[in-house]
Amino acid sequence: MMAPLLELEDVSRVYTSGGLLGRRRVRAVDGVSFSVAADGPEIFAIIGESGSGKTTLARMILNIVPPSTGTIRFRGTSLHHGWRRRARLDFMRQVQPILQNPFEAFNPLKRVDRYLFMTARRFASGDPEQRADEALRQVGLSLAEVHRRFPHELSGGQLQRIAIARALISAPALIVADEPVSMVDASLRMSIVNLFSLLRDRLGVSIIYITHDLATAYTISDRIIIMRDGRVVESGAARAVLDNPQHPYSILLKGAVLSADAIA
Amino acid sequence: MARVLRDLLRSNREFGIGIALLAVVVAMAAASALSPYPPNDTYVVPPDIPLSWAYPLGTTSRGQDVFWLLTFAIRNSLAFGVLVALLSRCLSLLIGLTAGYAGGMVDRALMAINDTFIVIPLFPILVLFYFVMRDRMSWVLLALVMAGLGWAYDARLIRSVALGLRTREFTETAIFSGMTARQILLQEHLPYVLPIVFSTTMNNINWSIGLEVTLSVLGFTDINTPTIGVMIYWANQHTALVAGIWWWIAFPVVLVVMTFIGLFLLAVSMNEYIDPRSRLSRFDA
Amino acid sequence: MSILTVSDLRAYYITRAFGIEREVRAVDDVSLSVARNEIYGLAGESSCGKSTLIKTIAAATRPPLRLMSGSVTFDFAGHRIDMHAATSSDIAAIRWRHLSYIMQGSMSVLNPVRRVRHAFIDFAHRHIARPMPEFLDIVRAHLRRLHLALEVLEAYPHELSGGMRQRVTIALATVCRPDFIIADEPTTALDVVVQKDVLAMIRDIQQEIGSSLLFVTHDLAVHANLCDRLGVMYAGRLVEEGPTADLLRSPRHPYTAHLVTSLPRIGDATPRPSLSGAPPNLADPPSGCRFHPRCPLAMDICRREVPTMQTTGTAHRVACFAAQ
Repeated sequence: MMAPLLELEDVSRVYTSGGLLGRRRVRAVDGVSFSVAADGPEIFAIIGESGSGKTTLARMILNIVPPSTGTIRFRGTSLHHGWRRRARLDFMRQVQPILQNPFEAFNPLKRVDRYLFMTARRFASGDPEQRADEALRQVGLSLAEVHRRFPHELSGGQLQRIAIARALISAPALIVADEPVSMVDASLRMSIVNLFSLLRDRLGVSIIYITHDLATAYTISDRIIIMRDGRVVESGAARAVLDNPQHPYSILLKGAVLSADAIA
Repeated sequence: MARVLRDLLRSNREFGIGIALLAVVVAMAAASALSPYPPNDTYVVPPDIPLSWAYPLGTTSRGQDVFWLLTFAIRNSLAFGVLVALLSRCLSLLIGLTAGYAGGMVDRALMAINDTFIVIPLFPILVLFYFVMRDRMSWVLLALVMAGLGWAYDARLIRSVALGLRTREFTETAIFSGMTARQILLQEHLPYVLPIVFSTTMNNINWSIGLEVTLSVLGFTDINTPTIGVMIYWANQHTALVAGIWWWIAFPVVLVVMTFIGLFLLAVSMNEYIDPRSRLSRFDA
Repeated sequence: MSILTVSDLRAYYITRAFGIEREVRAVDDVSLSVARNEIYGLAGESSCGKSTLIKTIAAATRPPLRLMSGSVTFDFAGHRIDMHAATSSDIAAIRWRHLSYIMQGSMSVLNPVRRVRHAFIDFAHRHIARPMPEFLDIVRAHLRRLHLALEVLEAYPHELSGGMRQRVTIALATVCRPDFIIADEPTTALDVVVQKDVLAMIRDIQQEIGSSLLFVTHDLAVHANLCDRLGVMYAGRLVEEGPTADLLRSPRHPYTAHLVTSLPRIGDATPRPSLSGAPPNLADPPSGCRFHPRCPLAMDICRREVPTMQTTGTAHRVACFAAQ
C-alpha cells in the first residue's frame, strides 16, 4: 500500500494581527483534511471564493508557509518549514506551482526563457535548451517562439502556458495550480484547462486545481472539495457533487454561475 | 543609446540644462591636468590682482591664480563626493536588500542599527573626528567616515522596495526555479532597485560635497589640499570680502552651486525617464 | 435615434522616441451606434482594442494614444457633442451628468483616505446643485433605492468588501441619472455570488433610469445575461454585431462561433474545443482579415482583402467573406 502522494491531516492556519494589547486571530484555514492518492494521477479541485482560505491552503501545500496545527505529508514525509537546501530542492523537484497572474509570474524586466533554462539546469539533466524546448512543446509552444522575449510581448494565455512548461521541466509528481485561468480571457481558458487534462492523461501528473470557477472545474476534475471560511463544506467525486450539491453553500454557488444558455 | 540621449535632450529641458552645467564643471575639473602651477604652491603669481586678461579670474591674497586653483578645488571636491556616494551606496544596498528580503528578526535587527545611524548627529561627530585625528586626517579617511555614516536613509528606501518585491509573484517563480537567495537578490531584484540608487547617488554627492564645504570652511579638515571649502576657508582667513578681494570667494561658490543644480536637474530628469509610464508624457504623439 | 454614434474610428498608439518606432493599431476602422435605453455589450479577448475604444469614446486619450481619424458623437436629447472637437469645458459639463463610468477597479475611483461620502460630494455635487443637506438626502434616497445600507457613506473604502465597493461605484455613477454609462469589466474581479448580485443591480438601475449602457467584458456568459445587443471585437476591428440572442444562438463569424462553443457548462462533460494560436500583435497585424491565420474557414481572399461589415438578417452585421 503506497503512501498517498499528498495527505493533509486536520490542517489549520491562524493569522494574528495587532500589537501587544488587543490581538485579533483569523482562522484562514480550519481543520482541513484530504489526501491525493499516489497510484493514479488525478485532478483534485478546491473550490472557494475569496476569503475561503484556498490560497493559504495552496501556500501550505507548497511549503511556503507552515500550518499552525495539523500535518501535511508528501509521499509519507512531513513538510518542514526549516528544511535545508537539499531537502527543499528535492521537494521542489516533485511539487511545482502555477500562479494566478501570468503577467506577474515573470519578472517584467527580464526575458522569459531565462526561468526555463534555470529550472532545467537545477532540476533536470541534459542540455537545458533541449529540455526547455521539450517542455514548451508539451504545452503547444516552442522555444523558437519564446526565445529572448519579454513578458509584455506575449499574451496572458501564452505566458500561462510558459509557466506550465516551466513547472513541467523537473517532471514533477504534483502541480499546484492556484487560480490558473482567472486572469486569462474567457475564450482562452478552455485551452489551458484542456491542457491540464492532457498533463494528467499523458504525463501522469496529479494536479491540485484551485479555482472559483465551477464550470471549468466540472470539465476536468476527478474529485472536488468546496471551501468556505476556511472549512470544507462538501467533498466527493467532482461530477456527482456539482450535478447534485447537498450543502446549502454549494447550492448557492452553483445557482450563481452564469450560463450563456440563459437566453438560448 | 545615442538616440535615447538625443531624445532626452530634445524633450526634457531640465536634462539639457543639467548636462550643460555639469559639462562645464567636469571640464573645469579636467582642466586641472593642464595647470602650470602645482596646487599647493603659494605666491607663484602677484597677489590680489582683480579680473584681467592675464588672470581671468583674478588672484588670491596668497599669490595663487584663482582659475587654476579652482580647477584643482572642484576636481578634489567632486572626487570626494563621488567616492563617498559610491561607498555609501554599497552599504545601503547591502543592508537594504538583506533586510527587505530576509524579513523577520534579521530585518528588525538591521533596521534597529539603521535607525540609530539616522539619528546620530553627523556634524558633531565629524568635528570630533577631526579633533581626534588632527594631523593624521586625510581626505580618504574622511570619505570613509562619511560613507559609514551616510548610508542609513537610503538603506530604508531600498528596503521598502525589496519588501514589495519579495511578495511579487515572480519571486516565487524564481524560488521554484531553484535560484538561491543571493541569485534572486542580484538578478531579479537589483534592476528594480538600481533606479532609486541612481537618483539617491546624485543627492548623496550633493550632500557630501555640501558637508565637506561646511567642514572645510570652518577649518575642520585637511586645509592643505585645495577643495572648494578650503578655498573659502583661506579666503576667510585673509578676510577677503572685507579687503575687497571678492573674486576669491565668488567663483568657488558659483562653481559649486552649478554643480549642485546640475546634479539635481539630472536626478529629476532621469527619474522621469526611468519610469516607463512617465517617460512618454512629454512627447506630443 | 442613436445616443452614441462612432464612425470609422481609428486610434493608434504611436511611439517615436528613445529609439523605438512603433505604431500599434489598437482601434482600426470601428463604426457602431447605441440607441437610447439599450444595453450594448462589447466582447473580445484582451488586446482586442476594447479598452482603447472605451478611452477614445470617453475622450480620455493621452499620448502615445492618438485619434487618427473618425468621430465619436453623443446626442443627449438634442444636445449633440462631438467628443474630440469639443472644448474641455464642454466635456467637463457633460461628464457625470450625461456620461458616467463604472470601472474595473473600485479602488481607482474611491479615494482611500476619505470617507465614501466625499466621493459623492466630489463627483456629483457640482451637477446636483442643491445645498449640502438636500444633496445628501438625494444621495441617501438613491442608496436606499439600490438597497445599499446608508452606513456605507461613513465608511472608508478599505472597510468595505470588494463587492460592496463595486456597488458603491455603481451608485456613484448613477446618482446623477446619466444618459449614458460606460462600464469597463466591472464584475470581472468579483466572486461568482457577488457578481450575480452586482449584475442584477446594474440591470435594475438601468431599467429605472432608462440610460444606455456600453458594457465591456470578455465573459460571454455575462453578456448573455445582461445585454440587448452584442458587438464582438477582434484585433482592433468589429467582426460581428447583433441582438445577443441571435449572436449566441447562430453566430455567423467563425471567431464568435469559437467564443460560444468554448464556454464550459456545468452538466456538460464533453471536452470543449479550443482555438490554436494567439491574438495577433497589433503593431504588425496580419494582412486582410486579421483572423485568417487562426480561422478554420480561411480562404484566399481573406488574406488579401479586409472584409467589410454587411447586414444579414435583422440588425445582424458580420465582417466575414465566408459568412457572406
